[in-house]
Amino acid sequence: MYKDYKFSNQIKVLSISLILIGLLGILYGFYKAPSTVEESKEIVASMSHDSDHGGYGYGDSDHEGYGYGDSDHGHESSGHEYDHDKHVFNQLHNKPWAAIYVPALFFMMISLGVLAFYAIQRASQAGWSIVLYRIMEGITGYLFLGCVFVLIILGFSALKFNHLFIWMDPEVVAHDEIIRNKIGYLNIPFFFIRAIVYVAGWVIYREITRRLSLQQDEKNDISVHKKLFKFSAGFLVFFLVSESMMSWDWIMSIDPHWFSTLFGWYVFAGMFVSGITTIALITIYLKSKNYLEFVNNSHIHDLAKFMFGVSIFWAYLWFSQFMLIWYSNIPEEVTYFITRIEDYNFLFFGMVVLNLIFPLIVLMNSDFKKTNFIVILTGIVIIIGHYIDVYNMIMPSAVGDMWSFGPAEIGEFMFFLGVFLYVVFRAISKAPILAKGDPFIEESKTFQYYNLD
Amino acid sequence: MSSKSLHVLFDDDDILLDAVKQIVKSKIHINEIYTPFPVHGLDKAMKLKPTNISIATFIYGCLGFTVSVMMMNYIMIVDWPQNIGGKPSFSYIENMPAFVPIMFEMTVFFAAHLMVITFYLKSKLWPFKNAENPHPSTTDDKFLIDMETGTNVAKTKTMLKKLGAISIYVINNDEDEK
Repeated sequence: MYKDYKFSNQIKVLSISLILIGLLGILYGFYKAPSTVEESKEIVASMSHDSDHGGYGYGDSDHEGYGYGDSDHGHESSGHEYDHDKHVFNQLHNKPWAAIYVPALFFMMISLGVLAFYAIQRASQAGWSIVLYRIMEGITGYLFLGCVFVLIILGFSALKFNHLFIWMDPEVVAHDEIIRNKIGYLNIPFFFIRAIVYVAGWVIYREITRRLSLQQDEKNDISVHKKLFKFSAGFLVFFLVSESMMSWDWIMSIDPHWFSTLFGWYVFAGMFVSGITTIALITIYLKSKNYLEFVNNSHIHDLAKFMFGVSIFWAYLWFSQFMLIWYSNIPEEVTYFITRIEDYNFLFFGMVVLNLIFPLIVLMNSDFKKTNFIVILTGIVIIIGHYIDVYNMIMPSAVGDMWSFGPAEIGEFMFFLGVFLYVVFRAISKAPILAKGDPFIEESKTFQYYNLD
Repeated sequence: MSSKSLHVLFDDDDILLDAVKQIVKSKIHINEIYTPFPVHGLDKAMKLKPTNISIATFIYGCLGFTVSVMMMNYIMIVDWPQNIGGKPSFSYIENMPAFVPIMFEMTVFFAAHLMVITFYLKSKLWPFKNAENPHPSTTDDKFLIDMETGTNVAKTKTMLKKLGAISIYVINNDEDEK
């Protein structure tokens, strides 16, 4: 007989200490950020003094980098002198905000990716994954809080605490014809109306299915199953549109001149694979604590197949986006990749190794996919890789070549990891660990991939 | 000594699978099984060796990848250098992204075609070959086990009947050869 998960002290202590250490990192990041242009000049000066700071991109590429980077104030203001110091100040001022935005977005998207995966399982009435439903529901328990974090940061942007979204600054828009033409879509009220619609849609679907799923445990009634199916199928339509628009709004509009038509898909592939990986990691963790005895290696094998497949799918979209822009070489499109290749070279290509080459080689073998240790190892690599992917989407547009990876970035990652773990494991402990009322539950418990022993 | 074999017909894949397990357990050799569709788990039940075709396919894919790299280098860089997309660098590595779709396609092309050809060779199949299946209904809805008789034909027959065989034919292989 299986036992339900109890929120263990181990996780509690771990997550709370992660949150506390993370808070220190966040404070450090904001403390280091300059509050005036003079301070930022000093910081830049001290940076170029010790140029053996290892791995940082600045110093050498100062001036050639600026035509692209972010086009904040620069090239459209003909006649005005280019205000380099102000520009650098804005970048440094943005840095802690951008650094906190990256993990906030990353963990919110893990939760959202799992929600999409869950809806797909429900809508396809999958048989194999029912034993994992409660873990997925636990991970999507973070969605509401994660969205709130992101919305708070966006709210601070709108209130001019930072300069992440330059189109929110009327002064910039006045001098920028490209942004002015987009003002019907990119304006603060409409931006937040959209954001609330997305978040409401996702959270309401999550709450409805969670309630129905718990209700199904109690009564053996096929109508609940049918309702879950209908809600999930409807949600997937809403999700694919809202996710795409979310990626334009929350990520692509940091670079308001640049656009890519497959960006929504690209972001989706990233969140989908990190979500599935998180399911696998938490499943294996709970199984090692003797909780999920009905999960066998065929379930793990299936999750690993998804990790393998979606990693390739992500790489396909990454490359499709890159190659078309690289090939056509249109200035306003290609700036996006020039910043990333010149200033973020190691991260930009390193992430492809972590997100494609490593899972491709390791998870190709069928025996490896059912081995917990290898799935955990690959899972951690994929999670790190996709964190870097999100970092690469936000940072180059927000801070240009002024990036670094220090205690602030690590602290912010730890903070959100701590909150994520706390909320997720608490949500898992709140419900029975097996969705025992599902009509296909026996199929899921006895699931056996014919090719595995 | 005349060598005999049995052709045993079944009409259900689950019954067939259970029967195969019993036959293997009673140590009677199965020569071949003819089924109208692939039956999952049959290879395991027959204790066949796992196939190595996936490893062969991986190697074919690597071969295709290498051929594509060399081919594009020869065509686009060495033999007739071309200025494409305003990138007249004539260097393979700098133009590499443009060649990735070709590398991908050639990898898939080599892996897929050579895998199928290998499979045909291993299964002794070629175009216009006459069908080997001993009973035409194995292409329709019946399953046939071609097996040895065991030491006692009558005993084997009763066992097979019990396992759910719908008909059993005793085949005299010596006569076939004449």
